[in-house]
Amino acid sequence: MPNAAVRGASEHRADRAFRVLTAACSLVVIALMAGILFELLANSREALGTFGWRFLTSDAWNPGRAEFGAASSVYGTLVSTAIAMLLAVPLSLAVAVYLVEVAHPRLAKFVGGAIELLAAVPSIIYGMWGLFVFATLMQRHIQPVLGERLGFLPLFQGPPMGIGMLTAGLILALMVLPFITAVTRDVLLMVPPVLKESAHGVGATMWEATRGVSLRYGRRGIVGAVFLGFGRALGETMAVTFVIGNSHRISASLFAAGNTIASSLANEFNEASEPIYLSSLFTLALVLFGLTLVFQIAAHFWVARMQRQETGDR
Amino acid sequence: MVPAALLGIAVLAWILWEVIARGSAALTPAFFTQAPTPPGVEGGGLANAIVGTLVLTAIATGIGTPIGVLAGVFLAEFGTKSRIATAVRFTTNLLMGTPSIIIGIFVYALLVLPVGHFSGWAGAVALAIIIIPVVLRTTEDMLSLVPDELRESALALGAPRWRATLGVVFRAAKTGLVTGVLLAVARVSGETAPLLFTALNSYYWPETINEPTANLTVTIFNYAMSPYADWQEKAWGASLLITVGVLFVGVLSRFVLDRRKKTSWQT
Repeated sequence: MPNAAVRGASEHRADRAFRVLTAACSLVVIALMAGILFELLANSREALGTFGWRFLTSDAWNPGRAEFGAASSVYGTLVSTAIAMLLAVPLSLAVAVYLVEVAHPRLAKFVGGAIELLAAVPSIIYGMWGLFVFATLMQRHIQPVLGERLGFLPLFQGPPMGIGMLTAGLILALMVLPFITAVTRDVLLMVPPVLKESAHGVGATMWEATRGVSLRYGRRGIVGAVFLGFGRALGETMAVTFVIGNSHRISASLFAAGNTIASSLANEFNEASEPIYLSSLFTLALVLFGLTLVFQIAAHFWVARMQRQETGDR
Repeated sequence: MVPAALLGIAVLAWILWEVIARGSAALTPAFFTQAPTPPGVEGGGLANAIVGTLVLTAIATGIGTPIGVLAGVFLAEFGTKSRIATAVRFTTNLLMGTPSIIIGIFVYALLVLPVGHFSGWAGAVALAIIIIPVVLRTTEDMLSLVPDELRESALALGAPRWRATLGVVFRAAKTGLVTGVLLAVARVSGETAPLLFTALNSYYWPETINEPTANLTVTIFNYAMSPYADWQEKAWGASLLITVGVLFVGVLSRFVLDRRKKTSWQT
């Protein structure tokens, strides 16, 4: 039986080893991020060397002639995300406020739970539904009506094909809806009842109390939720790939087929036989990675600034 | 506002309904027991893809969970306020926000290009990379909920730090840790994009993980885009199966969490 001092020393060593092991595991995360950046950069070299900055501004995408540019994919990524957020943000705020302030508590609990589960439904399911159910509805009913009423705008011109940029944006909206709703609902539930009661006490209507007190109190959490939803929409692959039509063409009309960075990658990556083609796809991935990084870091600092301002107020 | 809310809820219910209605027709016994038939030949099933998805998810969980948990231990127990911990937390958030297709491409460059062929291993690694940040964050959150008195009592009894962590702190936070792993499993079992360029897909039984491996999600993608009605129907069946699986794990994690509230040290 070893004496106490020896045992103490070996346990000290075991403790140090445990500590180093956990530290190493946590550094894996940083190594992964650095590895992603490195691999994307390394494999983009050929395309960046050939096309330079022109890669970002050119909308040419012609594998046969080895001409590649990111413009149409970047455009599609931004437009589909914009459509999704324009619809999903107001709608999810409405659903969250409805669940917290209006609905019967039992109904609210049931629907709220269902929405949380829907936030976990894989995006490919939204893609399936979009392609087989929603695209038909768009083609037969929504696009003809939009074309008739708003056809004077270039946005809503062209034949109703069902799939296309607008359909992709709508499916994305549906996908981020439960996600933003679930977080916003949690944020609203944390507003102290006494704050709302005092608003009602001074004669505020339900809407005034919600807008002036609840949404204001939880604005940092809500902004965070919106940012998270935005980030998801930006890089979403399957829900978009099913319904966007996959065309490297920038069209004024939202009815037309388009593409996003993620959908181009999903469709073409395994087909790219030429090194320059593959390298161009890696560069597209690098652009998407850069977009999400810049966006996330900006969101991080924005939310941090809101927090500083709030604590400054008090 | 109320109509908008009801519209949102109704559409979400509609999606679930279509998945159930169209998917249940495809779920015959053969669906669960047979491998696919060639296109145009009726019958067959997706048993190979079901097995493949289970195997890939299991391997990914096996790789990702220990790394995520230990990294979470570092943040909660050792480096709490250190610079490294701050950097790791920030990077973890960035990794969680990185589109899963980017992770697929990274693993393609790392494990597929050098070897020259797609493999189930590459798919499992891609999924593991998605698991790590999820498990890391819940582990840190759950461990930091454990009161310091428990750690101090263990140390006062002469337990070394690693035993205090693994034997006492882990036990107190057990259900929370399990929930984190379940959430991560639910998330990756429905992922498609990271598998497209790594595990790819296959119409055969997975005999080794070192070759393209059949899985449900990429099968849904391939079958849905095919012109065969029979394949499209099977894609719906696979969609229903994945949805039920993911929702089941989600409900299970909530059940575990609810039970914790009743039986934990907090009461």
